[in-house]
Amino acid sequence: MELIWEYRVLLLAGTAVTIQLAIGSLFLSVVLGLIGASAKLAKNPVSQRIAAGYTTLVRGVPDLVLMMLLFYGGQQIVNDLGSATGLWDYVEINQLTAGIASIGFVFGAYMTETFRGAILAIPRGQIEAGISCGMMPFTIFYRITWPQMVRHALPSFTNNWLVLVKATALVSVIGLHDLVWNASTAARSFRPAQSFTFMFAVLIIYLILTAISDVGLRWLDRRYSIGVRRT
Amino acid sequence: MAESSNRTFWEYLAYVSENHSPLDFVLVADHIDKFLYGTLLTLEITVLSLLIGGVLSIPLAIARAYKHPIFNGPIWGYTYFFRGTPLLVQVYLVYYGLAQFDFVRESFLWDPILSKAWWCALITFSLNTSAYTAEFLRGAIENTPRGEIEAGRACGMSQFRLMWRIVLPSTFRRALPAYSNEVIFMLHSSVVLSTITLQDILGVGRWLNGRYYLAYEGFVTAMVFYMILVFVISRGFRIWEKHWLAHLRPREIQSA
Repeated sequence: MELIWEYRVLLLAGTAVTIQLAIGSLFLSVVLGLIGASAKLAKNPVSQRIAAGYTTLVRGVPDLVLMMLLFYGGQQIVNDLGSATGLWDYVEINQLTAGIASIGFVFGAYMTETFRGAILAIPRGQIEAGISCGMMPFTIFYRITWPQMVRHALPSFTNNWLVLVKATALVSVIGLHDLVWNASTAARSFRPAQSFTFMFAVLIIYLILTAISDVGLRWLDRRYSIGVRRT
Repeated sequence: MAESSNRTFWEYLAYVSENHSPLDFVLVADHIDKFLYGTLLTLEITVLSLLIGGVLSIPLAIARAYKHPIFNGPIWGYTYFFRGTPLLVQVYLVYYGLAQFDFVRESFLWDPILSKAWWCALITFSLNTSAYTAEFLRGAIENTPRGEIEAGRACGMSQFRLMWRIVLPSTFRRALPAYSNEVIFMLHSSVVLSTITLQDILGVGRWLNGRYYLAYEGFVTAMVFYMILVFVISRGFRIWEKHWLAHLRPREIQSA
């Protein structure tokens, strides 16, 4: 316990990185999910095909593999492109960018399914009502689709978010100085390594993070279900 | 030109693959046996932990579903802990963490089991998947149609027989779609093996990249292997579901 207290600054700094990573990739995944869901629901067969390929790819491949591919391979591709076109010099993709990009990419696919289901759950008549009132497509999205979509999507969104928070632990493998990385480095500075103490602290911090997001998402759920009867 | 005509076809192919192809496929083909061994390890740990975890999860789920006065609370804590934290950290806790304690290192379990990455991974994976499986099995048990239980009671079945003959078979059927997700999730999680020095599919990919100083060959190959596995698993489950959930499918209308 004293050990953890002594290293609190390092652990808190790591937690901050983890939270930053989680929120960054959540933002990216929501954007990708909205794009994916509209591509899947569009009448265009090409966009449907691309979105289907995206979700199939992500469901088939573990996130750590995509993360490593992006972190090691993406770097080379970006630099090869740069030297071929002469548009940019040597670029280094840092671990945070690679982490956000890959976790966001993976969870964008899950969000696609979440949002697609949520949009399909909205009665078609309401959208037609919006059209007949002369609403613009954006107004329909903002006033009709979005508020109800959030309500339908929240349970599955909550689940995705909790899985996402846990997935952030994987970035320590590509060397981002997140909570797990900081803790295992601190643990190894002792002889013998105090890994149990530090890893247990990490587990507790993750539990606290998920508990906090549980409270927050429950609040959101209440806010968006105003006027809906609960069974 | 003259020297190139002396080369055999295989040498030429290796040359093209190494210098002109975006992916050195000959190099990957040369090490394909390593990837197959990696697949074997991935499958071994995944299947064993699913079996052990599945068996463990059944009593846990029953105790939770029927709110056993003593066990309900601790099992809730157990599932909450394992479902709320990353598997990677759980594996680190067991594999690197246990060495911290002298009594563990001096115990008779240390040499054959607790110091081996394979065993640590198997133990952690089993506990992890049993927590997830117990939670959705509990939901499925609670959703057993009342009529089925009443029918069993009316036939004079004892509590145990009712469980064994009615509730569990019906639960497993309803839980099958959720279980296919859990199997794929476990396969995806098994990449954690490569972080504790084991040569699973990703581990071999990382080794290949490190050895030949490559950027993506190993990862792309690993990706293809995982995709094939997931494809086979989801196909298998679809056939299985068709068989076991046949009574839940909408009846096909026969044209006269």
